[in-house]
Amino acid sequence: MVEPLKQVRSRAAVLPDQNIDTDVIFPARFLLLIDREGMDKCLFADRRLLPNGEENPDFPLNRDLYRDVRILVVGPGFGCGSSREQAVWALVDYGIRVVIGTDFGDIFAGNAKKNGLLLIRVDPETHAQIISKAETGEFFYVDLPAGTVTVNGETVCTFQLTESELHAYINGWDEMDIILNTEMPHILEFEKTHMSRQPWLFSEAER
Amino acid sequence: MTPKTLYDKLWDSHVIRERGDGTVLLYVDRHLLHEVSTPQSFVALDRRGLCPHRPAANLAVPDHAVPTRSRNLADAGALAKAQTERLMENVRRHGIPFIPLDDVRQGIVHVMGPEQGFTLPGITLACGDSHTTTHGAFGALGFGVGASECGIVMAAQALVLRKSKTMRVHFEGLPGEGVTAKDLALALVSTIGANGASGYAIEYTGEAVRAMSMEERMTICNMSIEAGARVALVAPDETTFAWLKDRPMAPKGELWDKAVAYWRTLPTDEGARYDREVVIDVASITPHVTWGTSPEDVVPADGHVPDPERIDDPVRRQRVRKALDYMGLRPGQKISDIEVDMVFIGSCTNGRLSDLRAAAEVLKGRKVKEGVRAIIVPGSGLVKQAAEEEGLHEIFLQAGCEWREPGCSMCVAMNGDMLQPGMRCASTSNRNFEGRQGKGGRTHLVSPAMAAAAAVTGRLADPRSLRN
Ligand code: SF4
Repeated sequence: MVEPLKQVRSRAAVLPDQNIDTDVIFPARFLLLIDREGMDKCLFADRRLLPNGEENPDFPLNRDLYRDVRILVVGPGFGCGSSREQAVWALVDYGIRVVIGTDFGDIFAGNAKKNGLLLIRVDPETHAQIISKAETGEFFYVDLPAGTVTVNGETVCTFQLTESELHAYINGWDEMDIILNTEMPHILEFEKTHMSRQPWLFSEAER
Repeated sequence: MTPKTLYDKLWDSHVIRERGDGTVLLYVDRHLLHEVSTPQSFVALDRRGLCPHRPAANLAVPDHAVPTRSRNLADAGALAKAQTERLMENVRRHGIPFIPLDDVRQGIVHVMGPEQGFTLPGITLACGDSHTTTHGAFGALGFGVGASECGIVMAAQALVLRKSKTMRVHFEGLPGEGVTAKDLALALVSTIGANGASGYAIEYTGEAVRAMSMEERMTICNMSIEAGARVALVAPDETTFAWLKDRPMAPKGELWDKAVAYWRTLPTDEGARYDREVVIDVASITPHVTWGTSPEDVVPADGHVPDPERIDDPVRRQRVRKALDYMGLRPGQKISDIEVDMVFIGSCTNGRLSDLRAAAEVLKGRKVKEGVRAIIVPGSGLVKQAAEEEGLHEIFLQAGCEWREPGCSMCVAMNGDMLQPGMRCASTSNRNFEGRQGKGGRTHLVSPAMAAAAAVTGRLADPRSLRN
């Protein structure tokens, strides 16, 4: 289900606002949709679209330059607020695979990793440099195995993934499968000790 | 032994194993489910033909998308109805304990879980909802997760996580008359900012916290995610134990004694270190209210909306301009001149009995101002029942408020309870994000007393000026 991610080459759209929360990324009324299809249509719906349903020409993703971008550069606190994973699904469904910012909401960051969306954290100075490059429409090249983001061959920032994260991204591995395939014996063993220490946490039938 | 914080103890006692890359496999004791964040989690189980690892470790309840005018699912709309029905079908198929809509125990996950004693000190508790921080009021490691993680918790009772840094927030001194836990929470978010605690687990300490009831502690822990904290904690004490004793799902008899003995070992050891310390002078806090579209946009109730022209930082100036524009406010406008159309009293922040009492105290013998609509939505059926036993509903109804069935309601506007574009609401909920209470809606976060005062005066008003 998770699409592998090894390299991305694309322009980068800039959403500089601070604290773009997951309600803005994916408005709550669309949470009533149960199917995961068509989530891209909900992405930034109240900013991307005008009340009459037409595209808002002022919204960065609607500019010709940024059509089909796969990289976003965002302001501080992107993805704060609600835990809704739809925010990540909608971004990925729209085609975004890399988001560069100074910091991200904690739960959003956890969700991103599970869906092959790469978040890159940079310091404020680098952030400002990246924004000016993105605004001129330069192409960014993100290389996961190398841990680099380059523009015209010049490295603009680096990032570090753990070995297991890198494998998960480039192979599109699903975390549930990893845990089920490799961790169950550890979990069962821990459970036994845990039950002897805190028996009240287990039902009578389980004890 | 190195002294440990409460967070360290909760974390360490649930580490199944370190994975060698800075992440940990952490055991999750309990999982709360609601209809909105779990449909896709069950799909993940079903696709693999899996059953929940420990059905008894889960508890499900519909709350986000349920109607509050009646208990007829269709009243919340066809999509909302389908979502609740999907939850019912999923839990039936997987043998997960479920509290149905017409059960008196039904309520918002973060109100119902503690009421039932499903939330206990010393546990790890996950829920597909960011306000799971609420449960930290009991000294439980409660944290919000996404739908994928909900599925993983059901399948394996464990998650891959990275330990947070720790932040102690010390509330020094005691609050003045008429200053509530909500005001303290808003003051904190404004002090450290909406990202101030991002990456941190907060522990609240200090005289003010010790003196708080469990409901007040829940309000503070609940709002901690608005400062970016995924985890918030208060060390369990006698107040905690007294509140939990004899709750339906709390341990009984000998097991209760054993559990309490264990829970007494949880508080932070003398000399333990936090990564960051923040001290808040509680005595100086007054009733607070938000003016903008981030929970950090906070001013005292007798203050003014900021004036962007007087802000030096260009980024901030621009943000304030945008927020004022969305909120339909003038720079420098007096808070007490802001008129509201709607008042919402409820949510997992302020939908408990003490919150309804505080609202009733203001509303007693008064009328909701003409042109203002006030809806009061208890956090659970048990809260509703207790309020009615005290006659609070009569005060509300006589004042001209709507007295609803429990649920999230206008906190998240998924069930038809919502603002129309441009409408302004004094709300006891936790998020003033753009569109949170309905597309184009304008939210001012306040305490229950201040919400009630807004209902009566039609404006944002310091509730202390209206005390009975
Ligand atoms: S009341 Fe609001 S914040 Fe609380 S769980 Fe419901 S929607 Fe979330």
